[in-house]
Amino acid sequence: MQKLTPYLFIAAAVGLLLLLTYLPAANMLWYSLTDWDGLDLEKEFVGFENYVQVFTNPQIFGVFGVSLYYFVGSFAQMAIALYFAALLSYKTRFSNLFRGILFFPYLINGVAIGFVFLYLFQPGGTLDTVLGAIGFADTPQWLGDPAVANYSLAATSVWRYTGLNFVLFLGAIQSIPGELYEAADIDGANKWQQFWALTFPGIRRIIGLSFILAIAGALSVFEIPFIMTGGANGTSTFVIQTLQTAFVFRQVGLASAMAVVLLVIVLIVTFVQRRIFPDEKVDLA
Amino acid sequence: MASRKALAGLVAGAATAALLLTSCAAGGGDDSSNSIDGEVTGEVNFVTWRTDLIQDGTFDEYAAEFTKKYPDASVKFEGITDYEGEMRTRLSTTNYGDVLGIPNSVFPDQFADFFEPLGKTADLEADYRFLTPKSFDGTQYGIALGGNANGLIYNKDVFEQAGVTEIPKTHDDFLAALKAIGDKTDAIPLYTNYKDGWPLSQWSSNVGAVTGDPDAQNAMTQDDSPWTEGNDIYAIDQLIYDAVADGYTEDDPLTTNWEQSKVDFATGKIATMALGSWSISQMQAAATDAGLDPAVVGYMTFPATADDGTQYAVVGGDYSLGINKNSKVKAAAQAWIDFLIEDSGFTQTQGMVSPLLSEPLPDNLGGLAEEGVELIELTPPPAGEEALFNNIADGAQIDIWGSIYRQKLVDIARGAADGDFDSYIADLNARWADSRAQQG
Repeated sequence: MQKLTPYLFIAAAVGLLLLLTYLPAANMLWYSLTDWDGLDLEKEFVGFENYVQVFTNPQIFGVFGVSLYYFVGSFAQMAIALYFAALLSYKTRFSNLFRGILFFPYLINGVAIGFVFLYLFQPGGTLDTVLGAIGFADTPQWLGDPAVANYSLAATSVWRYTGLNFVLFLGAIQSIPGELYEAADIDGANKWQQFWALTFPGIRRIIGLSFILAIAGALSVFEIPFIMTGGANGTSTFVIQTLQTAFVFRQVGLASAMAVVLLVIVLIVTFVQRRIFPDEKVDLA
Repeated sequence: MASRKALAGLVAGAATAALLLTSCAAGGGDDSSNSIDGEVTGEVNFVTWRTDLIQDGTFDEYAAEFTKKYPDASVKFEGITDYEGEMRTRLSTTNYGDVLGIPNSVFPDQFADFFEPLGKTADLEADYRFLTPKSFDGTQYGIALGGNANGLIYNKDVFEQAGVTEIPKTHDDFLAALKAIGDKTDAIPLYTNYKDGWPLSQWSSNVGAVTGDPDAQNAMTQDDSPWTEGNDIYAIDQLIYDAVADGYTEDDPLTTNWEQSKVDFATGKIATMALGSWSISQMQAAATDAGLDPAVVGYMTFPATADDGTQYAVVGGDYSLGINKNSKVKAAAQAWIDFLIEDSGFTQTQGMVSPLLSEPLPDNLGGLAEEGVELIELTPPPAGEEALFNNIADGAQIDIWGSIYRQKLVDIARGAADGDFDSYIADLNARWADSRAQQG
């Protein structure tokens, strides 16, 4: 009986995982091989026709271009997070307060953030008023101008997720032993040299992890553009299009194929990343 | 004295049993007295999209009256905000209420799988209108809970201020009116409600009103280029394109807001919007809330005159009420539907066209009658082709009843996307033709 105890503990969690994650995923794989419309009581098997359509229809793959904006944004995100993490890992005044402020946006619900920024970006809204006060009177239409819209949405995404990267980096930086910094100080290294020689190698694994999350996140970005523009005006992403294919155009089979393709792409990216940044222990001594 | 292990085992067993039992459906056998002609008893679960009427207590009043009429029956309400989205998923279970509005995503050949037959269409035609969309193979599956005319609402005060004395009856007259409004008043001449999306789909309900051809929608399924000059959908989309391209719409379509637009319309900041006549009562309420006379809300049909010199407006049913095939209180459900349509006065208070042929048209459509507009209903598709129109549209990924393709139209018109009107409709026609060929 004692040997079974650990398994009993995880039985509930694994049960829910199977029921709510793996079973629907398996179902989705099955749907992607049919031409189901979401309601029919019978599903007709069509083999790989949906996958062929995903790869040959230019409209479907075209939206990955929008993901580039978010991907580039995530580099800005990592840079900002790394900067603040390095800064706030030292004992500065009010460091706890600043850490709280930086992490706070990540805790807010994505839908709420979408609505708040919608009001921010309105013509004559908060952003325009602030910019007008400091002298920029001629502002573009942040969401209405297609050349600017994607930048606005990517900026919203950066604002939201910087906190998460910040906390990860901060934790990693703080795990580096303090004696190394003392030794470096004694040897006469300045802060910048310390960063490159000590901090950066020590958090390489976290940077690698953040990189994976950034790519996966950029490919499957959904919440921010969906709430703020509904995917209109050239801001549609792959997941938004999948949703529209399933529920507006009633092509659940094709949409399932699109979702499976996205999953495979993310898996490939993860695999490649693991090969380039292998998970080895970093020796700082 | 129970050991801790035994106690733990007992708790685990009880929890498992509870989980398993709750997952069991309250299964009931099919008994022969459970038909729509049976005894009116039981509690009817009415699933509705009118969450506003649940909140302000209107539906509770109706429920009380219903129980007075049928003491053994009662009604409870379930309001859903994202009606189409949620009901689609619930239809794949057996639990979707007893009486519900038939979602638009269910195709006619699927009605029998989900809804109880309410009778033969030929028999019901003598008493009801708006039957054809929910009829399949001669059997009726839903009865409309009121109907709407389609066209545009306009603010009478703004029109007066701009010097527009006559309701525009053609494409050019309408654009001239919009120009006058833009020049002489501060109002936005035409508000598209681009961001919320669904208002853009309201334009499509005018198919048939431009040419006066009740078969216009069916004709699109036989046409490889429905977007051709002279066709309804071409005229509609061209009007939208020209209005946006000439600058008669809002500056930033990405930040429109439906709720705010109601207030703005009532207070004269918006001159016209394309919506069904269901919106009239909502706009009148907004006007009253703003302290203005509700008579400021006017209704006109789509600005077009058919070849015979008459103006037409399409009337169609709103959601149709159907009975869940798996319902256990079918007779009570039928009684509730009849009560809502005949006794409750719902359509009068809402300003909708009653589905009963015997009821007169509502007052707020008086404007249409004054202008001599004739009301027409679209003819049903031929037998066997009920789902053809929607199948072609879905296959082409042109959402006639959605907002995506119209949002792109607006984007092209305002210069935010590449192309022009002709290139866009050429693309639409090509996709439509491809999808038509695939449907066989």
